[in-house]
Amino acid sequence: MQNPVSPLRVLAKALLLFAAFNLVVAAWAPVHLGDLSLYGTVFPGRMRLPFGEDSQHAYNLSLFNLDAMFSSQALAEGVKPANEFRVIVIGDSSVWGILLRPEETLSGQLDAQGLATCNGRRIRVYNLGYPTISLTKDLMILNYAMRYQPDLVVWPVTLEAFPIDQQLVSPIVANNAGAVQELIAKYHLPFNPHDPALVQINFWQRTLVGQRRNLADLLRLQLYGVMWASTGIDQTYPTDYPPAQTDFDTDVTFDGLQGPQLDQTRLAFDVLGAGAAAAGKTPLLLVNEPTLISAGKNSDLRYNFFYPRWAYDQYRQDLASQVVLHDWNYLDEWNLVPGSDFTNSAIHLNPAGERLLVEQVKTSILSLSCR
Amino acid sequence: MTLADTLLLIGVAGFLSLIAQPDRRLYFLLGLSVLAVFAFQPALPVRGLDFWLPLATVAVTVTGWVLTAPRALRTWKSTWRTSLILGLIVLALALTRYLNLPSLFTASLPPQIEFVVLGLGGISLLVFLLARYTDSGKASLVFASLAIISLFLILKTPMLATWVAAALRSWNGQSTLTATAQDLRWLGFSYIAFRLLHTLRDRQTGRLPPVGLAEYVVYMLFFPALTAGPIDRIERFLTDLRQPLALTPEDWTEAGRRVVVGLVKKFVLADSLALIALNGVNAWQVHTAGWTWVLLYAFTFQIYFDFSGYTDIAIGLGRLLGIHLPENFSAPYLKPNLTQFWNNWHMTLTQWFRSYFFNPLTRALRSAKKQLPTPLIILMAQISTMVLIGLWHGVSANFVLWGLWHGTGLFIHNRWSEFTRPRSGHLPRPWAKVLGAGSTLLTFQYVALGWVFFALPDPATSWHVFLKLFGLA
Repeated sequence: MQNPVSPLRVLAKALLLFAAFNLVVAAWAPVHLGDLSLYGTVFPGRMRLPFGEDSQHAYNLSLFNLDAMFSSQALAEGVKPANEFRVIVIGDSSVWGILLRPEETLSGQLDAQGLATCNGRRIRVYNLGYPTISLTKDLMILNYAMRYQPDLVVWPVTLEAFPIDQQLVSPIVANNAGAVQELIAKYHLPFNPHDPALVQINFWQRTLVGQRRNLADLLRLQLYGVMWASTGIDQTYPTDYPPAQTDFDTDVTFDGLQGPQLDQTRLAFDVLGAGAAAAGKTPLLLVNEPTLISAGKNSDLRYNFFYPRWAYDQYRQDLASQVVLHDWNYLDEWNLVPGSDFTNSAIHLNPAGERLLVEQVKTSILSLSCR
Repeated sequence: MTLADTLLLIGVAGFLSLIAQPDRRLYFLLGLSVLAVFAFQPALPVRGLDFWLPLATVAVTVTGWVLTAPRALRTWKSTWRTSLILGLIVLALALTRYLNLPSLFTASLPPQIEFVVLGLGGISLLVFLLARYTDSGKASLVFASLAIISLFLILKTPMLATWVAAALRSWNGQSTLTATAQDLRWLGFSYIAFRLLHTLRDRQTGRLPPVGLAEYVVYMLFFPALTAGPIDRIERFLTDLRQPLALTPEDWTEAGRRVVVGLVKKFVLADSLALIALNGVNAWQVHTAGWTWVLLYAFTFQIYFDFSGYTDIAIGLGRLLGIHLPENFSAPYLKPNLTQFWNNWHMTLTQWFRSYFFNPLTRALRSAKKQLPTPLIILMAQISTMVLIGLWHGVSANFVLWGLWHGTGLFIHNRWSEFTRPRSGHLPRPWAKVLGAGSTLLTFQYVALGWVFFALPDPATSWHVFLKLFGLA
């Protein structure tokens, strides 16, 4: 005769199994779960790293799992072809391409040109920009991307990415404490590895329950692959947005300083050096990215919303000195783009503005690829 | 309902399952069901409406009982306890306005107490007059049914609902410019209306058993089935409600299984598929026929998991409370023809329409003075039933098209069955299997294509998607 089922025993067993499973997950810590991806097989790889604040309409989302982010990128598709000259472009939201379609970004337009090296290798350009401004974030992405064997790294930067106190607060940096601590140790970066901004997860946060949000994000990233593949959309494109500010008050402070000198110890030039070191023998092209030069109220004091003139001028000088000191490949394109080709920020370009930049960067890429 | 709401209900149902005594259980269920009507009503932009609509639900329910109950039951002696509980709950909820606490049981701050007292007084007077001066005669029952149908039409017709919302906003001194049909989201009214019509009609035909006020309110507002059904029959519901609660281990395990399955269906599968399901926006963004099919199939399964998931949860919770709610879905996508699909998809709604519309209409057409051909009667009955089912979801061209799609499909299947029945011999087993699989696939495809009308807002978008699906756009 069958024993009657005892609901309490069933419940107790279920709870026990659930608890055990949670503990196993926490102990095993499947950190590379993000490598499991349908991108590159079922769906084409994304043309830029996942980022999105309006997932439902952008078919994209922000997550902090670098494995998952890179696994969804076109860069991770298969083995690098022998005849490919691989260029990666790292940087901030202007590289990622806020308000731009993937093919309109700097990388997208460069890639579409069908460039070839002197020895006939096809130049493929990959967008590894990510929309937060921090050199350390760029370094972290570069460090990760080196496993994909780039032949050239293009790194557009702007002063806003330099302040030391901005380096670790970017959510993607803060939530990748392990990766950042490795970088701090490896390149002797002047940051506290135990900075409270870095999110340290404890044992309980590594359980299935603690990781539920991250796991849901991984699943959503895969699901949005359907929408990416079927529509090619990865951000929302509002028809109307507030343009970049061109009128300012008389405030001329930058990073708490009034000028006329920038405090070099508060700027993360060391991270540029770490980036060059992370690139190793791979050539690196540093680009001082175009910034809006306003002609509005108090524009004699400020170039734009981000920068008082004294700070930005000083930064350009300091950066140029560093470039000479370290013999870096460098393009200073700060004033390349007219004000009419900026969109909603002093660093975001429209397709025409990107085209201007593409022409400059293209020449350098062709030159560096033939060395 | 959110996952938190659902988990709260599971906890409440678990607690109530410990109360075995039928009388006590009845009043607990009464109180909780009324509380649920207020608690789960979504917040509305029209000031106070998210309190007045739940109150209207209670008022309509009590009115429904007055109109259907035998005169002998409509006495103060037999109703005072229920009336007092209902009144006290409403007053207690209204008084939470003055607690300076986050609204626990109402979507927003309840209206001022004097208005609530005035509202309760008005409802009490109406109910008293109805109890005193109506006799459950045909005229009052027909009038009540028409009133419910009219209210239903207003809520489901975007233009009318927007107009009423604008009027309410104007009355409240709010801007009418932003009025939309969404201002009148009335929790559970679709289902309550069908239960009301069922009791009114059964009273008219003399099939309704005598029901006490508390039992009637619990049947109408039974909280597990408030938002997404199923639509139980009152006589079946009462059989369970009047039994002492003695849950067996099988009841517990089966209830637990249904709730867990329902939670996974709704909050894992359906909510995930919702990210990629066909809708009015992505219908214009998708590039290729293949991906359009993927989006359509995602919607096809999303709607099934969503709806059947809620039903599983409702059935599981009902089981914990000793109520065996009827099944609503039984593997509908695995049926070999459209008739069987509709016998297994939202079964309680289909049965309702069969009982109160399709069968009476067919009988009326058959007994019409001018004899109509049988196929024409079937066509008329099936098309009109399916169009009405479509309209139940909302008064729009696309829901009419969806109804026409299914009505036509059912008619074609009916005629095909009539044609093949005398001709079909015994097929060899492998062939019968292949034919069965083919029929299932064809039925599934037909149903999936029908969802194009359901998922999209207008015929132009639907036509675009049809062209896209077949590589013509």
